[in-house]
Amino acid sequence: MTATPARTVRPPAPPGRRSRGRTLREQEGRAGLALISPTLIITLVVVVLPLLWAIMLAFQDARLINIRRVGVFGHYTLENFTYVMSEPGFWSSLVNTLVYTVAGTVLSIAIGLVTALALRDRFRGRTLIRASILIPYVAPVVAVAFLWETMLNPQYGIVNTWLSEPIAFLTQARGEFLGVQVPVALLTVIAFEAWRYFPFAFLFILARLQALPAELDEAAVVDGATPTQRFRYVIMPQLWRIIALLSVLRFVFTFTKFDDVYLLTGGGAGTEVVSVRVYNFLTARDDIGASAAQAIVLALFLVVFLAIYLRFFAGGEREN
Amino acid sequence: MSRDRFERGLLKVLKPLVIAFLFLITAFPFLYMVMLSVRDIQELILEPGSLWPRGFTLDTYVDVLTRQGFLTFLRNSAIIAVASVACTLLISIPGAYAVARLRFFGRRQVHFLFLAVYLFPAIVLAIPLFVLFTMLGLRGSLVGLILVYIAQTVPVTVYMLRNYFETVPRSVEEAAAIDGCTRLSTIWRVVLPLSRPALLATGLYAFMIAWNEFLFALLFLVERRESWTVSLGLSQLAGSIEIPTTVLMAGSVVLTLPIVIVFFAGERLLTEGLTAGAEKG
Repeated sequence: MTATPARTVRPPAPPGRRSRGRTLREQEGRAGLALISPTLIITLVVVVLPLLWAIMLAFQDARLINIRRVGVFGHYTLENFTYVMSEPGFWSSLVNTLVYTVAGTVLSIAIGLVTALALRDRFRGRTLIRASILIPYVAPVVAVAFLWETMLNPQYGIVNTWLSEPIAFLTQARGEFLGVQVPVALLTVIAFEAWRYFPFAFLFILARLQALPAELDEAAVVDGATPTQRFRYVIMPQLWRIIALLSVLRFVFTFTKFDDVYLLTGGGAGTEVVSVRVYNFLTARDDIGASAAQAIVLALFLVVFLAIYLRFFAGGEREN
Repeated sequence: MSRDRFERGLLKVLKPLVIAFLFLITAFPFLYMVMLSVRDIQELILEPGSLWPRGFTLDTYVDVLTRQGFLTFLRNSAIIAVASVACTLLISIPGAYAVARLRFFGRRQVHFLFLAVYLFPAIVLAIPLFVLFTMLGLRGSLVGLILVYIAQTVPVTVYMLRNYFETVPRSVEEAAAIDGCTRLSTIWRVVLPLSRPALLATGLYAFMIAWNEFLFALLFLVERRESWTVSLGLSQLAGSIEIPTTVLMAGSVVLTLPIVIVFFAGERLLTEGLTAGAEKG
């Protein structure tokens, strides 16, 4: 009985195919593979194969001039790695990358959390405020980076007209603030990161906040919990998961980010991150092998940091 | 009770302040952008602190669009964005349907691949693609760039669409099959019309990636000025001394406005689709 309606489900196949007698399950499997194959092919050609090639290039002495001679069976060597890692610039840029990533991630999530809490309840004009908050995230990075550059310009930038003494926010490596030495440009780049990506955190956290059951909060009010107590003991425990997910996402994206730093400072004034170095090696120095080696070391560090983080986080969850 | 009253009172004061501050830091820069784009450069240098221009001028826009070539850049960006959206949808619709509905070899493993591509650092990929496109002579052509954008968006859009396709009741599809629809025509006539919001959100996502992307545009197109995108054009011209900042600000507005309009036209759909997908993970 079950076979009769199932046969009508089968698409009208040409008679030649029918005679081979495939089962419905086999047909489904083939149709599935056929439909997914364009996706798989383009990922394979544009992502997976280039990745393998990048790894190969990292172990070869490759430049654009001799690239045609560097084949699969070329001369493999560890020279790129030893060369790249022996340069002090690499380690300082790795430290920059880490500081930039951690500070940018933490700040953007913290501001996003505050924003989500502030915009949780309805009020007049909320739609407008919400729209305004999303614009930094939606706007093209080139436009907002240029906007920041102009606003912070020491000669005609509007921010410097508010200050008693103009500050070269994007070109000054070190400065003094309240008697303490601070990395000015790096802090500016971090502020940019936080400003541009807090809407991303805000969207995720707000979605979670609005899905929370209201009863818990109401029960806490009845029990006499103050607003901060309710936040600490009722709301926050329900937000940890989304915040943990956001931290991973933002960390991964920021750690290898190129556009923001490149556009704001070009990697100068003590803001050089590894991805900008990779780009400079690739284009200005035309040293493909060293560039690939740095990119791969960067990716490896990312994996290590993620593993450490996930270990800590998984441990924390078990305690709860 | 006094602590409760104190905290409530404090929050009542703090909340409007926080909201006002957030509005200020997000809206003010863009207001400044627009105001700067409609004034003369002389005025900016004489009075850098004033926000409201004395004389409005649209010459900056005329200059940036014609003399600086932003009309060409706009055309390039539009071609890239539209082609990316079309191809992304064309590839990810059957893919998402397969993952949502059909049991095939490797269906479970596909998710890992998509997650990996989503989190994969673009800078690592940039190196081999740069070399490859140089060897093939594809640098400067828009086709190569479109290919890269498709590959970057397809995994995410397959995921977004799959989530939606799973909500389409199976019985509707079976009814279509009994009425004589083949699998493809079931997708075309039944599943797609039911998934219009998801399609819109997916298209919007692909459009945003293609319009805003910078790194690959820089690597592939920088040597041919006539194929620059708006993003690339602005970033390249921003360094030159001859072009007044106000003209470039007009260029920023030209770059920002289309994406903001498109985003708010379909914003609700996109944010819902993105965050709903993320919460599962």
